[in-house]
Amino acid sequence: MSKNKSLTDILKVALVGNPNSGKSTLFNALTGMNQRTGNFPGVTVDKKTGRAKVRDRQGNFVREIEFIDLPGTYSLYPKSLDEKVSFEVLCDTKNEDYPDVTVVVADASNIKRNLFLVTQLIELRRPVVLVLNMVDVMEKRGTRINREKLSGLLGIPVVYANARKKIGVQELNKILAGEIPLSDKLFFALVPEKELLNSVNEIVPVSTSYAAWQLLCNYDHYTSLDPAIKSRIKKIVSEHRFDETAFQANESVMRFAEIGRIVDASVEVLDNEGETRTKKIDRVLTHPVWGYVIFLGVLFTLFQAIFFLAAFPMKWIESLFMHFSHWSSVHLPPGELSALLVNGILAGLSGVVVFVPQIALLFAFIAILEDTGYMARVSFIMDKLMRKFGLNGKSVIPLISGVACAVPAIMSTRTISNWKERMITILVTPLMSCSARLPVYTLLISLVIPSDQKFIFFNMQGFALMAMYLIGFMAALFSAWIMKFILKAREKSYFIMELPVYRAPKWSSVFYTIYEKVRVFLFDAGKVIIAISVILWVLSSHAPGKRFERIDRKYESMSKALPQKELETVKEAEKLENSYAGIIGKAIEPAIRPLGYDWKIGISLITSFAAREVFVGTMATIYSVGDKENTRSIREKMMDEKDPATGKPVYTLAVGLSLMLFYAFAMQCMSTLAVVYRETKKWKWPVIQFLYMGVLAYLSSFIVYQLLK
Amino acid sequence: MHQFPYNLSELKIGDIAIIDSFTDPVMSLKLLEMGCIPGERVELVKVAPMGDPIAIHVAGYLLSLRKAEASTVLIHQIRA
Repeated sequence: MSKNKSLTDILKVALVGNPNSGKSTLFNALTGMNQRTGNFPGVTVDKKTGRAKVRDRQGNFVREIEFIDLPGTYSLYPKSLDEKVSFEVLCDTKNEDYPDVTVVVADASNIKRNLFLVTQLIELRRPVVLVLNMVDVMEKRGTRINREKLSGLLGIPVVYANARKKIGVQELNKILAGEIPLSDKLFFALVPEKELLNSVNEIVPVSTSYAAWQLLCNYDHYTSLDPAIKSRIKKIVSEHRFDETAFQANESVMRFAEIGRIVDASVEVLDNEGETRTKKIDRVLTHPVWGYVIFLGVLFTLFQAIFFLAAFPMKWIESLFMHFSHWSSVHLPPGELSALLVNGILAGLSGVVVFVPQIALLFAFIAILEDTGYMARVSFIMDKLMRKFGLNGKSVIPLISGVACAVPAIMSTRTISNWKERMITILVTPLMSCSARLPVYTLLISLVIPSDQKFIFFNMQGFALMAMYLIGFMAALFSAWIMKFILKAREKSYFIMELPVYRAPKWSSVFYTIYEKVRVFLFDAGKVIIAISVILWVLSSHAPGKRFERIDRKYESMSKALPQKELETVKEAEKLENSYAGIIGKAIEPAIRPLGYDWKIGISLITSFAAREVFVGTMATIYSVGDKENTRSIREKMMDEKDPATGKPVYTLAVGLSLMLFYAFAMQCMSTLAVVYRETKKWKWPVIQFLYMGVLAYLSSFIVYQLLK
Repeated sequence: MHQFPYNLSELKIGDIAIIDSFTDPVMSLKLLEMGCIPGERVELVKVAPMGDPIAIHVAGYLLSLRKAEASTVLIHQIRA
């Protein structure tokens, strides 16, 4: 506990550590379900906080702690956006999350590298506690750590933990609730340039000389620092010819020399069994042939899961909502409000919830792949290939998942730490042919490509479908390659990363990941999706003036001449034609004529924005097909459709291919746009994505139609 | 024949070497904090199937890096 805080205040504790140190598992063990995810101001890094009440042995409340889980970092010299967030929280005293106590989680099997950050934090002269994770596993494998000696040499409390088994949680809480001694140890001894440090201290009063060194090296990274003060520090740096790179290099070398002495005195390595096991597994998983075969197998399983396995719960959700909206339309009094509730809000809600199975399954997979250490190997074997297109080894999983659905795929780009590579992955993933395009392709292919035609031995329709998937994939890679030259890099692309030791997955952290992703999607992206769904409903169910009343009256007088059901479907078609959506569809006709589309297709393009497969349903309504599930009858109607001016069929090969290309490339999915907004925290990116994909779709459809017509 | 000193990207699988120095000061900071300290023993453990990146054993763990990054690390070889 820091001195100037009373026991009634909430103690702010930051959890930091190297990536793969088990920090998040400890965070889950400490806070349980009392977690919240927010944002660090101005960046897309998730901020996880959680509270815990510390009680003594009698069960009396001692004090409340707020834990904040900081992104993994190796040092206090930030090199990525994630690391910059951790740096600011730990070093900038004006940061809103500046902690009272810092807990460093270190993987006991990697003690040397982990102690680097620990010793840096100690020299900031703030309370630090070291949690050595997985010590029990290390000891079983023959490494002995002398805790008293280590704690004495560092001058801070050391806790042994196994976050997976919740060992050490109680002890850590006890230490945090009490007084934490400040260490006075020094781990590097650069000749202090008194004058230089004094002049920094004059501008920004800092408590320790290491904090002053930090300011000199990193002043640009302090968001709270006034630009005027930054330029004054910059002046001092250049006046004294302070070379921060050389300083940091020297500091690192000296620090590691000291750490080496500390580790030699307190750690005894007898055997290292975990490493040999990892080596054996790696021999297969990164093998030139088997490595890719196994990776393909993993992708295949993942693909099956999100494509086929998720289809069952998705069907249940859809039918549940269908029953519910049917029930509502029967039991609610007819009127505008009920219609809004059933066709606007309920439909939007169903459109949100239906994604949950896919998101849950994909993230279960990703959590397992990350947890076991396999994801790092995927990056390792795919990096060279993906790098050519401005992507990263880790872009493979989002891209492949995009074939099922771009929504969970884009959410999974979080694992890509490089900003530029992540942005490119987000921007191109929706070009992969998702499952919502499948019904559209199926309908159009059956419409314009004869089923008896063969290409060599293959069924021409099947070949066309495969070609559509291939075109999507090529377009994604090609766009990525173009963006590689357009997007400016914010940080250097490194591939300097740890290949962690293989471990069994931790099921509770898999569960936390699923819970977290589903929650974020439902509440953040869900809002936007429901809003757009309501707008689309208004557009397609309302008309200016008294158009609908006139249609109602017209059909009332006809009601005796025709069977009721047939009449309804014809009436519905006429209403859609006269609605705002129909008016917009007609208004954009001049713009889509060059692509071969009439106003009826125009309406479908607009309603498809809810989800691409809505195309089929809209076509059914426009062509007054009573049974909307019946693709064959929709197809027959569309085949019979003639251009009123020329008398020729509307759906020619040229129109069909042009329309398929449009659906392959255009950004017609509000859910994806909502998720891109949520993942980038800016409207700029979904807008750019909408525009570039729109231009790509328009141009390619235009060219194909004009060439083939 | 190789000219001494080697750089890290020229090692073959199983080669063991000692880190001498770095040619890229900014890159060196990242490598240093990951435990690649002059005087530290490294072993080339793995090369990705397409020849790049590579993985070295250093400071008690497995570190992967691209060849371009490895070429900034100067070494002397002690055993093939």
